[in-house]
Amino acid sequence: MRRNLIFGALLSVIFLLAALLSFIWTPFDIESLDIANKLKPPSGAHWLGTDHFGRDILSMIMMGARTSIAVAVVAVGIGIILGVPLGLWAAAGKGSWLDELIMRGNDLIFAFPSLVIAILITAVFGASAVNAIIAIGIFNIPVFARLSRGAALSLWERDFILAARVAGKSAFRISWEHILPNITSLMIVQGTIQFSLGILAEAALSYIGLGAQPPTASWGRMLADAQTLVSIAPHTALVPGFAIVLMVLGLNLMGDGLRDWLDPRLRVTRV
Amino acid sequence: MIQYALRRFVSLVVSLIVASIVIFAVVEVIPGDPAAFMLGVNAQEDTLNALREQMGLNDPLPVRYFNWVTGMLSGDFGNSWTYKAPVAEMIADRIWVSLPLAIYALILSTLIAFPAGIYAASRRGKPGDIAVMGATQLGVAIPNFWFAMILVLIFAINLRWFSAGGFPGWENPFDALKSLTLPAIALALPQAAILARVMRSSLLDMLGEDFIRTARAKGLTRRQALWRHAVRNALIPVLTIIGLQFSFLLAGGIIIEQVFFLPGLGRLIFQSISARDLIVVESVVMLLVFVVILVNFAVDLAYAVVDPRLRSRV
Repeated sequence: MRRNLIFGALLSVIFLLAALLSFIWTPFDIESLDIANKLKPPSGAHWLGTDHFGRDILSMIMMGARTSIAVAVVAVGIGIILGVPLGLWAAAGKGSWLDELIMRGNDLIFAFPSLVIAILITAVFGASAVNAIIAIGIFNIPVFARLSRGAALSLWERDFILAARVAGKSAFRISWEHILPNITSLMIVQGTIQFSLGILAEAALSYIGLGAQPPTASWGRMLADAQTLVSIAPHTALVPGFAIVLMVLGLNLMGDGLRDWLDPRLRVTRV
Repeated sequence: MIQYALRRFVSLVVSLIVASIVIFAVVEVIPGDPAAFMLGVNAQEDTLNALREQMGLNDPLPVRYFNWVTGMLSGDFGNSWTYKAPVAEMIADRIWVSLPLAIYALILSTLIAFPAGIYAASRRGKPGDIAVMGATQLGVAIPNFWFAMILVLIFAINLRWFSAGGFPGWENPFDALKSLTLPAIALALPQAAILARVMRSSLLDMLGEDFIRTARAKGLTRRQALWRHAVRNALIPVLTIIGLQFSFLLAGGIIIEQVFFLPGLGRLIFQSISARDLIVVESVVMLLVFVVILVNFAVDLAYAVVDPRLRSRV
């Protein structure tokens, strides 16, 4: 399944490069409106056509990739930075009231319909990219906490951890020096999956107007603008949609590929 | 079993209490003065006072929380400030769009996922399996609201088989179902992709079990063993996922209702958000969370009934 990994990584890297490139160059300036050229289908001048303000859609996609990636990266970062230590902490004190508290808290967050809470947060605090990040990030915390706790628990049973305990290392140092490096690959794989979910969530929130606000370009926002134009200019809806699908598909394939690649047990059973 | 059910019930109640406190805090405590938030900067002092009076904002926080919860328990969700109507009535009107939509989508998702998952598992590693798995990868990556727009473009605008949006009401059930068909398909697709994957892997797990080897040894073909023994056992984890998906479908409907201009709970939330009608937002969100937690509870119980091994593990 190495093909999946390569194909997925390639797709993801293309979007990443497009987002980085948009900092220094885009084919057209997306803040200058060109009404005379509005809703033009793809052509030599505008590879992916223009939107209802005559803005170049390729440039908007590049800027939108930046928004999507930034929101998803920070949201996953929140999940990892808060979730992994909580999971390790819970695992180190397995069975204690702290473990119980952390895991019950996780269950509680899982019980909430994430979209509803994201809507609630952005409704009260105002629609913005930052609030979208927080809303998406909160739901990443229990994912990483639960996963890292599970992985850490099985590591705590191992002989090399026993050796470290005999050597007198504290639970904190064992978690930091021995457990964490051993669960990194697992976190990377999950991070890739959560990253793709973050992209979808950001698109959904900005589609309903609760994510990044204009003039910040965002794929979900482009789809919302395209909704009433879909019959006269289908490309305005097709292009941002394909961007989301390809980016998410790339990340998912990369995640699957990474899991197979990083987990030698799977490799053996596949052969 | 009774002990297991009781423990789940206690955690259900705790979840509901914590959820209600969180929602109450986000809506009524964090914005400072909810009345000022709702009315905006140009509010007249006497209007503000009237709203504060209606919302009971002059009472201390614990009293307000208590009144809100006991009100909801007795079916009183307060009165909408913008619509001047009881929130409970507004919810009752709209739930007859959101709930059928979620159920319709759930049925579609199951109808697609079961055959797809069984087919893929029975042809593991062959082109048919690879094609189904490739399709599910795509299904998971497609945002449902975009898929909805594409459906509108093809089936409403070009082919004119369906209307592009709106809901005619239940006077004519056929028309009502027809107007919910495209939204239900859009909602069902990503869930069907996930469900098909779960069905496939659950079946593959079962096919490796001893009882399947026994079935084969007594002379059943691979296909007979699959249908008579593996599928039934594989259904246990699949049913759990179906239960969990119901809550996703109900919440996911919020966005799909926007695409199709359906007068459901989702539109009610958005209209209330843009009107800053916190009384409605708070109650509808609490209702959705309540339904989701309740469904999860029911799934846990159903799971324990089907699989006794789970009862001891809590």
